[in-house]
Amino acid sequence: MADLTRLTLAEARDGLKSKSFSATELTKAHLSAIEAANASLNAYVLVTPDHALAQAKAADARIAKGDARALEGLPLGNKDLFCTEGIRTTACSKILDDFKPTYESTVGANLWNAGAVMLGKLNNDEFAMGSSNETSAFGPVVSPWRRRGKTDKLVPGGSSGGSSAAVAAGLCLAATATDTGGSIRQPAALTGTVGIKPTYGRCSRWGIVAFASSLDQAGPIAKTVRDAAIMLGSMASHDPKDTTSVDAPVPDYEAALAKGVKGLRVGVPKEYRVEGMSKEIDALWTTGIEWLKAAGATIHDISLPNTKYALPAYYIVAPAEASSNLARYDGVRYGLRVPGRDVIDTYENTRAAGFGKEVRRRILIGTYVLSAGYYDAYYLKAQKVRTLIKRDFDNAWSDVDVVLTPTTPSPAFAFGEKTGDPLAMYLEDIFTVTVNMAGLPGISVPAGLSSEGTPLGLQLIGKPFDEGTLFRAAQAIEDAAGRITVPEAWWTSATSGAAKKTTGGK
Amino acid sequence: MQVDETTVRRIARLARIKITDDEAKSLEGELSGILNWVEQLDEIDTAGVEPMTRVVAQNLKMRDDKVDDGEMADAVLKNAPMVDDHYFVVPKVVE
Repeated sequence: MADLTRLTLAEARDGLKSKSFSATELTKAHLSAIEAANASLNAYVLVTPDHALAQAKAADARIAKGDARALEGLPLGNKDLFCTEGIRTTACSKILDDFKPTYESTVGANLWNAGAVMLGKLNNDEFAMGSSNETSAFGPVVSPWRRRGKTDKLVPGGSSGGSSAAVAAGLCLAATATDTGGSIRQPAALTGTVGIKPTYGRCSRWGIVAFASSLDQAGPIAKTVRDAAIMLGSMASHDPKDTTSVDAPVPDYEAALAKGVKGLRVGVPKEYRVEGMSKEIDALWTTGIEWLKAAGATIHDISLPNTKYALPAYYIVAPAEASSNLARYDGVRYGLRVPGRDVIDTYENTRAAGFGKEVRRRILIGTYVLSAGYYDAYYLKAQKVRTLIKRDFDNAWSDVDVVLTPTTPSPAFAFGEKTGDPLAMYLEDIFTVTVNMAGLPGISVPAGLSSEGTPLGLQLIGKPFDEGTLFRAAQAIEDAAGRITVPEAWWTSATSGAAKKTTGGK
Repeated sequence: MQVDETTVRRIARLARIKITDDEAKSLEGELSGILNWVEQLDEIDTAGVEPMTRVVAQNLKMRDDKVDDGEMADAVLKNAPMVDDHYFVVPKVVE
């Protein structure tokens, strides 16, 4: 049998339907791939083989009865930010310790109710705060990609670095992810995968560990545009348990792919041509424009004048909301407790020991900007800037249907390259963060390789709830660029000597 | 905005995070750097601009004022580091 881990989600779905293989075989193939790779890549922080095989068995029974649901028997990875009932969920922070939720996230429940199989929990930056997956309490994820002829370890992006690495390395067919400032799209761009952050409110945030509630949104990382469309169709729903989730029907995103881009108006914002952007990213952008033009779209220069203020405003709003959300980790109700001489000392000891450096830094920034006398100057000002950023897009929508930009200012970087200076790391999100600030949908699609042989992505930004158009335009880019896959599975032969990850079920 | 070491300690206290002397010193520079950088927002005139409270226009959802959940003390306490009967246990707060 051909290697089942190389299939796309859509191909695997077809294979299960035609009974070329069973859900159990498909799941076992992925579990073996994880077993062989995880010591090198560290993409999974928990593998749940018993749970996965039980779900696969149930899926096979359904398929045999001709009763298959949308994702029946398809093995997925689940970012460790999504609560899983009875299965350890940590947000890759020490402070959650051995937390085993007594409930399932709504997005997760939607996937399992559609028949999908969960292989395990995927690594991420601690509390999703980071752009390289280097802040995880479980250690960094190694990208399956390497620079041509080199063996330096590259980052898979972040915060959804476990998701992007696992999808790129064939350790799951697709994965859940979350995006607060670029955490789906930037890792997708750095690993040659497709990632979409839907419109704020499209997916329920219930049961997802909160970072910045007005920005957080769940979405998939997948191998192809079609796979991402299939995933989002099952992840999205209206949820009474999340008052910000939107009560609107979920369109058939997969069906939208066939519509093409003829006559589609594509905007190219001049403000995204930033200083310090690599030449090859600039060239890739031009190529993307040509591809869409060749497919029948029309190209329009647009201006989004407040773009440069999105990142500084984000670094007020996100830490402010994080400092509030993370106040719940007090060593009393769940997770780690480090005893002190009184209750306040216990809080302070617990939070000092439980939170990593970047998380502590952001909580302190957030506490500062929300402290007495500073609220108007920082948080309120930043929320007003958001209104202006959104207004820029609202104006653009009268002339264009989608906006095309690069996803990242530079290709994948090596471990430690940007950890010394928080601002250098924050700049990774310069092209993605505007989308979260305005609540819009954005997709990253692989579009080529850098001169070093590592993947590069283009980003498409759409109108609220117009994910269908984003998928169509992304499909046109994927058709022109071709699928970008890792040339060599070096990680399976590696004998890294790293301790084998502990695996376990419920 | 330059934050000094006293401010860093005050903020850490508000955030209930214990910091060492070394951390206080390095945070002084890091926080000042980030706060100086976000101050570029002062360039924008936001007079008369409404702060964004929602990214998509939507009326606040209402539900009936009825209990639809609860009676799950065991589940709520399941992950607590220290419990006694149906209570969370904390160090003594009253002398």
